[in-house]
Amino acid sequence: MTWTNSEIWTIIGLLAVGTFAIRFSFLGLLGGATLPPVVLRLLRYTPVAVIPGMVAPLVLWPQATGGQTDLPRLLAALVTFGVGVWTKNLIASILSGAATLYAGLWFSGGLL
Amino acid sequence: MVEISPKAAFAKGFRATLPFLIVVTPFSMLFGVVAQEAGLQLAQTMGFTILVIAGAAQFAALQMMVDGATLPLVLLAALAVNLRMAMYSAALVPHLGKAPLRVRALAAYLLFDQTYAISVAAYEKDPTWQLPQKIGFYFGVAVPLASVWCSMTLVGALIGSAVPPEFALDFALPITFLALIAPMLRSLAHVVAALISVVVALALSSLPTGVGLIIAAIAAMVAGALVETWAERHSK
Repeated sequence: MTWTNSEIWTIIGLLAVGTFAIRFSFLGLLGGATLPPVVLRLLRYTPVAVIPGMVAPLVLWPQATGGQTDLPRLLAALVTFGVGVWTKNLIASILSGAATLYAGLWFSGGLL
Repeated sequence: MVEISPKAAFAKGFRATLPFLIVVTPFSMLFGVVAQEAGLQLAQTMGFTILVIAGAAQFAALQMMVDGATLPLVLLAALAVNLRMAMYSAALVPHLGKAPLRVRALAAYLLFDQTYAISVAAYEKDPTWQLPQKIGFYFGVAVPLASVWCSMTLVGALIGSAVPPEFALDFALPITFLALIAPMLRSLAHVVAALISVVVALALSSLPTGVGLIIAAIAAMVAGALVETWAERHSK
């Protein structure tokens, strides 16, 4: 990474303040005020709006392979997602994805 | 119904949280490992975990930093991941809104997906609880979660530098995110939002890191809200 220490601490500090502000918003400052329904409706989708868009390029064009689509990583992603949808179990999903990744890397000669 | 003491409510919250600790432990260790791997100093890794104390947002910030996004975009992406907590904050007002300011501030600091979900479920299950019981239960949930999150990140960070590159830890983040997001796709609106996010982010991937993602996220939120509105109208 090309970040200086002071930049990293700036990120940590601002994220800490910003995250606390979000958490404290209604509980602390706005008290009994309620959000307009349209805002609540938009907020509901923030995790599913941000995370998939962040992950998709990482899955299709991993930096570790110089941006070349990599079969073990692609399969691992599909298995993680599939198991997650099927079981709704975070750990089962992560473990089966990791197992797929290592099996794939081993077969393709990338691991050991 | 016998009224329980705040202490008993704390113990009750603690017990309700135990199963979740099994999930939080490896997840927090993973943050320690990945943060060290990305080149953060131990103090910075722990700074993230103790001061920001928000799993998905920490991972998101780290990923954007590794990707070489600009500082404002790192912040924007991570805070966007945390925006849902404004909703949790609003949902807790009817229960904890009358607590003293410093209690509310501490509750806000410890407001995670799990504290929100477990506490509100318990409050709704037993409407006889007054403010002291509600506060007791809330911190019974929050304290073990926060302790495990911080201590296990430290463990992960300490063993992290011992992991060789063949282990493809670059892919630990995508796998974690996929596992996090899969159970959240519980309605058509969520699925549509996720799809729009993927398609727009990929289509705009040539823009500077993070810019396409922000546009994709806004489009996806609007799409999710629209589908929800549409689905409501058609179910009536």
